[in-house]
Amino acid sequence: MDLRTYVIRRFILMIFVLFGIVVITFVISHVIPADPIGAILGPQASPELVEKIRREWGFDKPLHEQFVDYIFKLMKGDLGKSIRTNNPVVEDLLYFFPATIELATSAMIVAIAIGIPLGIISAVKKDKWPDHISRIFALVGVSMPVFWLGLILLFVLYYKLGIFPGPGRLDPGIPEPPRITGLITIDSLISGNFKALLNSLWHLALPSFVLGYYASASITRITRTALLEVLNQDYIKTARSKGLAERVVLFRHALRNALIPTTTVIGMTYGSLLEGAVLTETIFAWPGLGRYSTGAFLSVDFLAVMGTTLLIALIYSLANLIVDILYAFLDPRIRYA
Amino acid sequence: MHEVITLALMDYLKSEDFRITLYLVRKSPLTMLGMTLAISLILFAILAPYIAKQDPIEQDPSKRLLPPSPEHPFGTDQLGRDIFSRVIWGSRISLTIAVIVVAISFSTGTVLGIVAGYFGGKVDELLMRITDMFMAFPRLILAMAVAAALGPGIFNTVIAMAFVSWVYYARLSRASTLQVREEMFVEAARAIGASNLRILFKHILPVTISPVIVQATLDMGGAILTAAALGFLGLGVQPPTPEWGVMVSEGRRFITEQWWVSTFPGFAILLATLGFNLLGDGINDILNVRSRR
Amino acid sequence: MLLEIRDLKVIFHTIRGMVRAVNGVDLMLNQGEIIGLVGETGSGKTVTGLSILRLLDQNAEIIDGKIIFDGRDLLKLPMNEMLKIRGKEISMIFQEPKAALNPVIPVGDQVAESFMVHERITKSEAKKRVIEMFNRVELPDPERIYKSYPHELSGGMAQRVVISMALALRPKLLIADEPTSALDVTIQAQIMDLFKELVRQFKTSVIYITHDMALAAEISDKIAVMYAGRIVEVAKTEEIFEEPLHPYTRGLLRSIPDVKRRMKTLFSMPGEIPSMLNPPPGCLFHPRCPDKMEICERKVPILKKVDEHEVACFLYG
Repeated sequence: MDLRTYVIRRFILMIFVLFGIVVITFVISHVIPADPIGAILGPQASPELVEKIRREWGFDKPLHEQFVDYIFKLMKGDLGKSIRTNNPVVEDLLYFFPATIELATSAMIVAIAIGIPLGIISAVKKDKWPDHISRIFALVGVSMPVFWLGLILLFVLYYKLGIFPGPGRLDPGIPEPPRITGLITIDSLISGNFKALLNSLWHLALPSFVLGYYASASITRITRTALLEVLNQDYIKTARSKGLAERVVLFRHALRNALIPTTTVIGMTYGSLLEGAVLTETIFAWPGLGRYSTGAFLSVDFLAVMGTTLLIALIYSLANLIVDILYAFLDPRIRYA
Repeated sequence: MHEVITLALMDYLKSEDFRITLYLVRKSPLTMLGMTLAISLILFAILAPYIAKQDPIEQDPSKRLLPPSPEHPFGTDQLGRDIFSRVIWGSRISLTIAVIVVAISFSTGTVLGIVAGYFGGKVDELLMRITDMFMAFPRLILAMAVAAALGPGIFNTVIAMAFVSWVYYARLSRASTLQVREEMFVEAARAIGASNLRILFKHILPVTISPVIVQATLDMGGAILTAAALGFLGLGVQPPTPEWGVMVSEGRRFITEQWWVSTFPGFAILLATLGFNLLGDGINDILNVRSRR
Repeated sequence: MLLEIRDLKVIFHTIRGMVRAVNGVDLMLNQGEIIGLVGETGSGKTVTGLSILRLLDQNAEIIDGKIIFDGRDLLKLPMNEMLKIRGKEISMIFQEPKAALNPVIPVGDQVAESFMVHERITKSEAKKRVIEMFNRVELPDPERIYKSYPHELSGGMAQRVVISMALALRPKLLIADEPTSALDVTIQAQIMDLFKELVRQFKTSVIYITHDMALAAEISDKIAVMYAGRIVEVAKTEEIFEEPLHPYTRGLLRSIPDVKRRMKTLFSMPGEIPSMLNPPPGCLFHPRCPDKMEICERKVPILKKVDEHEVACFLYG
């Protein structure tokens, strides 16, 4: 099957999976012991008031009716209203998610920038000191509680040493650029506001590093494993026997092959970035999806919970889809199999 | 019965196989380190009442926020509780959660995976679709959603985490099963009329076990981290239970002046997780080297 | 004298200890000669071949010996000099053709690389020469093959590509490690013919490594028999077959099934190659040798000239 058929197939599969996600999320958020309405209205509220609100929101209807309702609304792009913020969930999501994308993407860049070179060094200098050090570095990264690292770094690098800025996306004194994409860095670039651009990048640095370090560990590991596997192959011997310098063998022959499984892992890493974002945003007061969803989860704001989870799952699935396509593109064996 | 087991164990311990394994373990300082950390954690958890003499829950407002000292090696928190004992007792919480979660997800996941892989067909398809759906969520997010739905507390945390983790074992064991199923000796066994159950136990299980064991060890670390994350966010274990994540969260307000409140519990999370990750990595390496011979 | 290997010793560092893969090998090759290096799996023949180009794995170590090529000791050359020799003066081909080609790069580009590494030519010029080579190795539709990936080719086609890659720069010496073993029998014959023809045309010297005595006989002028890391007999092909001197060689020849004679059972030599981790004292073949003498258990025989042969056996002094 060729590339196009493959892509279409994967896309359809993704839609099915997403439907399953909707089902699961719905089941989880509606079959719960906790009663959010009561919690939000407070203990003083009379039972009649609680009932009234429940009816208003449609929570008194039987579950399957609620589900069908939800699906229809979903197709129209209506994710309901957040009990907590009283805004349409879609609006809330649109407001918050660019910040998370900005964070996750720059963390991804950091992760790749750290992960791949370390993996290469590890493989080439197997079992010698550089290998051991980068393996420990990677292992520590994956064992590190992201929220703790962020906290410690903020304390040392911001509070004590003042090298990095404090929480938030911009210094308080600097106005936000006009909102085009919601990504402050891009928006400042577009509107030519270099002061905001630099400042927002500076603010982005620490959280991206914290998040990126965590994600880099699995990238380091897969790069190392894949490269070691590749370096054992006959075609590497052949390349060397042709008189190619070791560096050429590594970059032109070995890496081309080793990066294929690495790409898949990078896709999966995007998922851990989204998870980590939830934790990091709390520490760095980053107004993104993580903060929003934590609030939603804590107050069991059903519709917000559903909306956020759906969105995150969608982003994650898209990332995996892109990676799968990239994989098919990079490995000719898959394409023509 | 246990004589048979003891004899088998002694036989193994004397075998060359074991000596080589031991040699490999000794040769890898990282694995040794991992094993040390993991064992220390387990010891701390078991011996908590003897190591941490001070009550982790008792509050003493007069001793609020004291810096580390010989009397309070990790200082005290905002309610006057000794952080050192809280950290030691916290190891019990984290370890218990991790062990139960891994045990549940490991057993259900592996069994389901083997069954799906072995019998194939509709059963397999179904399992694949279900796992696909679960794996479409980043693990923590799904655990958060389930934990939020069920409510806070240690029991619900365990359920939420197990609910999310089983899929990875299922996938792994399914993949191994598929590999083994095609092997000649399984065909042979079936040809001589061995029952499916027997084949599953005698042939398929031994092969699928090793990647699963590696995953389980690594998962112990992951579970400790996830439980801490849930605690930190307020979705998991609740105060006053001394869970490390909760402690880090509580100490946030005081980070600028009383850095020790958040630092030590977080460091404990790091070391505990690191221990299991090192161990899991080490086991993985050893199994790989051995299988290559 | 094109190539002279003197007392080559190679060891492998494994978890179980040090394995002596090559235990003192002497070999001589003149310009234009084709020598078959024959031995069982584990005899050290592949390691010997790899040592010439210094292509051994990281856990292998050449602990002794000289490999003199064109007057220079290859083992003492700095790496940048070695790189000039690889691919240009000495080439190597391996057993599995598809595994020897990079799966994600079109095969034509891989052959072109040989040209571009050693000569200052452009990609399009290199491509032309590759197509020429492809024609020479009788590949149908060279343009299409140029763009193909290894998995799209059959074993035979892939091996032709590998051969064209190895001979592209007309090396003086070609080391061929079981180049036809992985192919179907009918293809084997075709490739063998092609190989013989090209080697004759280009006047390449060849070290043909194989476990198959009959295959070696087809192409080689001389045959060197290897056992447990040492050369035990060297002679011209006809001489080896007519008058094998070493008991091992005799055993090998007896093992070849003969269609003309009616045999009740196939002959095979008893025993197996010794553990190279802890080799027994004396001649390494003595446990399996039908003509074993007392001295064989104590001392190691060295290669000596007997008429036109060289043998390492106490039967001959």
